[in-house]
Amino acid sequence: MTHAAINARFTVDFYNGNAQGFALDVDMALPGSGIIALFGHSGSGKTTLLRCIAGLEYSQQGELTVNGEVWQHADAFIATHQRQLAYVFQEASLLPHLTVQANLNYAVKRASKPATENLTAIISIMGLRPLLRQFPDQLSGGEKQRVALARSLIIQPKLILMDEPLASLDTARKQEILPYLETLKTATHVPIIYVSHDINEVARLADYVVVLEHGKVAMQGPVGQVLPHISQLQGLAEEASVVLSAEVLARDTQWHLLQVKLTNSPKSYLWLRDSGEEIGQTLRLRLLAKDLSIALDDHRDSSIANRIACNIIATQSDPDDAMILVKLQIENCSLLARITQRSFSQLKLCVGMQVWAQIKSVAIIN
Amino acid sequence: MIGLSNDDWQAIGLTLKLATTVTILLLLISTPLAWWLATSRSKFRGFVSAIVALPLILPPTVLGFYLLLSMGPNGWLGQLTQQLGIGLLPFTFWGLVIASMCYSLPFVVQPIQNAMQAIGQRPLEVAATLGASPLDRFFTVVLPLSKPGFISASVLGFAHTIGEFGVILMIGGNIPGQTRVVSIQIYDHVEALQYQQAHWLAGSMLLFSFVVLLFLYYSQYKKAGANMRFGL
Repeated sequence: MTHAAINARFTVDFYNGNAQGFALDVDMALPGSGIIALFGHSGSGKTTLLRCIAGLEYSQQGELTVNGEVWQHADAFIATHQRQLAYVFQEASLLPHLTVQANLNYAVKRASKPATENLTAIISIMGLRPLLRQFPDQLSGGEKQRVALARSLIIQPKLILMDEPLASLDTARKQEILPYLETLKTATHVPIIYVSHDINEVARLADYVVVLEHGKVAMQGPVGQVLPHISQLQGLAEEASVVLSAEVLARDTQWHLLQVKLTNSPKSYLWLRDSGEEIGQTLRLRLLAKDLSIALDDHRDSSIANRIACNIIATQSDPDDAMILVKLQIENCSLLARITQRSFSQLKLCVGMQVWAQIKSVAIIN
Repeated sequence: MIGLSNDDWQAIGLTLKLATTVTILLLLISTPLAWWLATSRSKFRGFVSAIVALPLILPPTVLGFYLLLSMGPNGWLGQLTQQLGIGLLPFTFWGLVIASMCYSLPFVVQPIQNAMQAIGQRPLEVAATLGASPLDRFFTVVLPLSKPGFISASVLGFAHTIGEFGVILMIGGNIPGQTRVVSIQIYDHVEALQYQQAHWLAGSMLLFSFVVLLFLYYSQYKKAGANMRFGL
């Protein structure tokens, strides 16, 4: 998956003689499939980078290759309309003078190999049938984004670009769209570059993460590698986490709990709150480092039901001087605990030691 | 005998023919001009905008005077039309057409330009990401989205051409069936003290102008209302 299939290098200077300006200087090698998140605070250059990739913004120095196709090179700049891409804008991705059906047709007519045979299937997967005759200004924000997502499936592009497609929606609408985004991810093999400033969205959707700060790449890598280090970024000290995949084993109907086993450590079980998942289903879990504590023994007298024996393999500094991040290993599975420096010292913890990780809460993100 | 005479009807017919011709030609010229003014970053943009807006403030006699000179036997336009074998334009229908086009130009360019500017970049970017070339975008996005501007431009251009007097007097004179439009005909009636006749024609003009403006404003209010309904 880390096989680099999208190579992007851009240098853009937006200073225009004023000091408040902004410069983008990135060099990325991205995987050629899955969801690639461009993550960063507002003003970090995420949207500008996405616009450079789309060709909507011209960069003085840029190189862009997408799965073997050169879109921008020293002396060549392929215009946006000649790049086989789909772009979902933060809002207003639809042409206001056309109905939903006409918006979809507009894209189909101009696509190089549209999925016309799947058109009906896509319309029903995305729940658009009742909306086809409506105009964009008659749709809710969530409905508009659903149409835009359907459109990117229909035109079968080489690359799908999304600029915070959920940012303009309230929490309820986000929950309504997220399943469609996941559908999109499984329904297409096209790489999706997804701009977001929401770490939860990134944890839930992304396979690969590029973190931008002040127009530069601060970190990049598979989501499992980047999330444990995310706390180094300003304002994200609380967000250090690991993402694990797990399989649902059993359901405890009396206490409304699910038992899951970790894919990378089949002997480790966790109990989660039951939210209707099916037995055998694979889940994506996010464990925040702040929700893990460390004990020297297996405390059966604790209210914390999830206790896993594991080894300390490394420590990592935390932006907060009082805290330390402890990296734990159980078989092929890494966990991260955020504890105080004092506890670390009083328990005489050190690398190589066997301890019990007490997991207070687990979020099912998928 | 009360009502419109044959001469009056001839003047009305000629006026409508002139206004229709001028409006159609102006829409053809103004569409690319308005698009250029709406989108260009050229340093000549201000210069061209000023030229286009000149007829708004110039007295019609000034405009007519220069047009008469340039269309005359020694003017550059006159030389050109003579070389092309068309002859001289002053005191002909086509002379009036050219003069009226200059006179009504801002009334057609400005509403279209405003409508095009109001579209913004986003719909064009959306169309580009969907594979629409610049020309494709112009015809499938810019033109349909500027429709309200085109309606205003047509109505204003047509009505303004019907109402002109000064330029016509300078360029066209008063030739029945050729250059004697309604406003000139009313002037003639008044000169000849035929007030009854003047009343009929002037009243028709008043009614026509009022109905046109009524239509224009109501169609705009309707649009504003529609936008408000959807919270835009």
